[in-house]
Amino acid sequence: MSDGRPGSAVERGIKRTILVVFSVALAFPFYWMAITSFKRTTDLYNLKNNPFLFSERPTFEHLRLLLQETLFLRWFANTCFAGLLVAIITLALAMPAAYALARLTGRLGEQLGIAIFLTYLVPPTLLFIPLSRIVAGLGVQDSIWAIIVVYPSFTIPFATWLLMGFFKAIPMELEDAAMVDGLTRFQAFVRMVVPISFSGIVTVVIFAFTLVTQEFVYALTFISSAAHQTVGVGVPIYLVRGDVYYWGSLMAACLIASLPIGILYNLFLDRFIAGFTVGAVK
Amino acid sequence: MSGGRQRWLGPAMLFPAVLYVLALVGVPFVLAFFYALGDVKVGSVGWHFVGLANFRSVLENPTFRHALRNSFVFTITSQILVLVGANMLALTLKDAFRGRQFFRFLILLPWVAPVSIGSIGWKWILDSLYSVINWTLVRLHLVKPLDVPMWLGQPTLAMISVILVHTWHILPFATVILLAGWTAIPRDIPEAAAVDGAGYFRTLFQITLPMLLPIVNVALLFGIIFTFTDMTVVYILTRGGPYDTTQVLPSLAFFTGILGSDLAEGAAISLFLVPLLGVVAWLMLRTARRAEVA
Amino acid sequence: MAVVETRGLTKVFQRGQVGAVIDVDLRSVEGEFLVLLGPSGSGKTTLLRMIAGLEEPTSGEIWIGGTVVNGLSPRQRRIAMVFQSYALYPHLTVHGNIVFPLKAQRVARAERDKKAAWAAGLLGIGHLLGRKPRELSGGERQRVALARAIVREPSVFLLDEPLSNLDAKLRASAREEIEQFQKRIGTTTIYVTHDQVEAMAMGDRVVVMNHGRVCQIGTPREVYDDPADTFVATFLGSPPMNVAETDDALVGFRPEHIRPAGTLPADCAALPISFRFSHEEYLGAERILYGWIEGGPFHGSKAIARVPSTWSRLLASSEPAAFEVAREDLKFFDPRTGRRRAAIPLA
Repeated sequence: MSDGRPGSAVERGIKRTILVVFSVALAFPFYWMAITSFKRTTDLYNLKNNPFLFSERPTFEHLRLLLQETLFLRWFANTCFAGLLVAIITLALAMPAAYALARLTGRLGEQLGIAIFLTYLVPPTLLFIPLSRIVAGLGVQDSIWAIIVVYPSFTIPFATWLLMGFFKAIPMELEDAAMVDGLTRFQAFVRMVVPISFSGIVTVVIFAFTLVTQEFVYALTFISSAAHQTVGVGVPIYLVRGDVYYWGSLMAACLIASLPIGILYNLFLDRFIAGFTVGAVK
Repeated sequence: MSGGRQRWLGPAMLFPAVLYVLALVGVPFVLAFFYALGDVKVGSVGWHFVGLANFRSVLENPTFRHALRNSFVFTITSQILVLVGANMLALTLKDAFRGRQFFRFLILLPWVAPVSIGSIGWKWILDSLYSVINWTLVRLHLVKPLDVPMWLGQPTLAMISVILVHTWHILPFATVILLAGWTAIPRDIPEAAAVDGAGYFRTLFQITLPMLLPIVNVALLFGIIFTFTDMTVVYILTRGGPYDTTQVLPSLAFFTGILGSDLAEGAAISLFLVPLLGVVAWLMLRTARRAEVA
Repeated sequence: MAVVETRGLTKVFQRGQVGAVIDVDLRSVEGEFLVLLGPSGSGKTTLLRMIAGLEEPTSGEIWIGGTVVNGLSPRQRRIAMVFQSYALYPHLTVHGNIVFPLKAQRVARAERDKKAAWAAGLLGIGHLLGRKPRELSGGERQRVALARAIVREPSVFLLDEPLSNLDAKLRASAREEIEQFQKRIGTTTIYVTHDQVEAMAMGDRVVVMNHGRVCQIGTPREVYDDPADTFVATFLGSPPMNVAETDDALVGFRPEHIRPAGTLPADCAALPISFRFSHEEYLGAERILYGWIEGGPFHGSKAIARVPSTWSRLLASSEPAAFEVAREDLKFFDPRTGRRRAAIPLA
């Protein structure tokens, strides 16, 4: 409650200062990406110019270069394609699992739920070496399918955990009523529980997309051709030609890759947090 | 009652997910041990047990010992910075005010933007010739134009850069987790403390922060995992350089196992992550159980 | 001990009028038990929170112990408060909770422990000192909250619906206990409730509030017997006062004042009432009769009568029964403002 609570002006001033300083520090790289993207090369590399401002007219040249002469759009398409399939695989496996843990398996299910959550803590950098062999064994190395197969191993645990919370929040009477009205338990799940949990499902889809955009290690390890990459690896690795960094295009790519995902993530933030806090917040 | 059918329905719905995760987390996890105890190289066939030879050779390697130390230095320093910063930020953001959503969005960006992309952004900010930081320092006459810091080229500065970029990346995450904790504290509690005569800092340090402890633990444990096991920041900023001085365990495992094709030694290096992960997982479970009791 | 006074105290919220307080003048008596009573949203809790310093008034003054406390933080007002949820600190033991206000005052440890033991003894919770709040029952939590409130001997004691989280049985004994407790420590107490039974049973005086305004301040007997307006008349009492409409006044009379004809003492001027019965609730000790009045000045008004079950006559809805009300028990209200007005002759 901020209206009416007597808080001193000094306290408010200190807080506001801290907030502004942190925001500037945290958001600065994105401002920097934005201004670099539209600066002429001559402006960019002239140390006499003030780098925080445009000293020459802004240009769309870097953007044109990025979109027309690099694989950026291809990476973008790859990322969307992989995101979609990862989301589908995740939902297909995590929804039934979450429902089983929430309703059907009791005490054992609770333990299994925690075990599933713990696998989320196992990092790619522990598994990438043996997984590279497994991926090769499956014959999907150096293709977008490598990560489509592997990413659900992170998204399924997180989605199961998150959806379990959603399902537990649905009153059990609802399914009881559906079953009294003649549905089987599985039909009740598909026709009542799933539609009600729609927002949870959307959250999982967004999570899958953000993961595909953000993940770096597996994509770098399993995919070696530039054309099959996602945005997260393509931009920082393959936009660099030899040792030459085309900073204008590179920063434009960074900006385009960051902002949409940032906005989406922000919209679903509270639900992601619920998935992370393991019940330490009620 | 369809009790008989329900008995298999639960496991049947659970099984596919468990199988998938087991195949892609459990199997490679076990394989990692096999590799580390054998002599696999890329393209080699067959496997011979070599005992702890890989671990021994890894431990004798000064680069590895340096990377091990770096991993801890990176994790500990960045998490201290994150904890302090996130607590301060959460305090400023917990009450409603005009523009709060906007500030939260700005602050969140470093976490939601892909870490590889954020790192490349920093690589440009820390560029050896065109670093905006150096330009500012020169303008403020803090350094001489011909003697600017080489942020990524000099070992100590490179360490500092990597730590700061890690902190920059994790800070928003810890902040929003703490914010969730703040909103879970009933409004009555700090009010009661105020009526009981406690001032701002007494309320903060004796009432609200202790109540937040479980959630601070969660933020910290995730932060430790995300930092300790990450190789992206190091890989993009410095490639482990200059002269392997900023290598961490995960990046060294990548260079050895994937780029150097020595699967066995690479696997052995990454297995050094396991003890810490085990401890963190155990602490996480304890935190979760505590929270359930409360 | 201190007197609490508010002068023209007003609190307006931007979001709307729920919980607002408008122009409240209030003055407690030294050591009294003052109850703020009203329906939810009537502003009683907001008023209490302003006195505590948790809410800044829009205008008006608050005086505690002879000084203006506007702008002072809660800790500077030397008050104690028991919250509706009790707001016990979940990570501290009962002992930790009780000594917290003393720690905040930098009282020495030995003194702290002595006072905590005194407060715990007073409330009979000495055996619970090592427990955490989550291990306590509702009644025990309430006692801990009380102990935490009295331990530093505040000049004013504020309670915000402290009984609403207890079950009905416990509530009756806790009510009694708080009342006795207040008498013993003799600290000026302001108690917020929406429960009229609590207000009547505990209050030295009751402040009845509605829509942010004070309707009436008086002893339980005054607010019940001499309601200042139709709101007070109908808010207090269960079933509420009957209010009948005549040509130029609203006339109120309590259900228990409707008696079977001929039972009033002879020297008491009676108004005969012809009561058309519709249905009855039998409550054991008494009977609640529902119906409406036929003929006379109140013709057509709905009425509720409350008679002892010892009066055992059965009523039928086919024909009206003869009842009467003492004329001195009739309360007259202005039909426009709802305020009390002088009696007028009835036909």
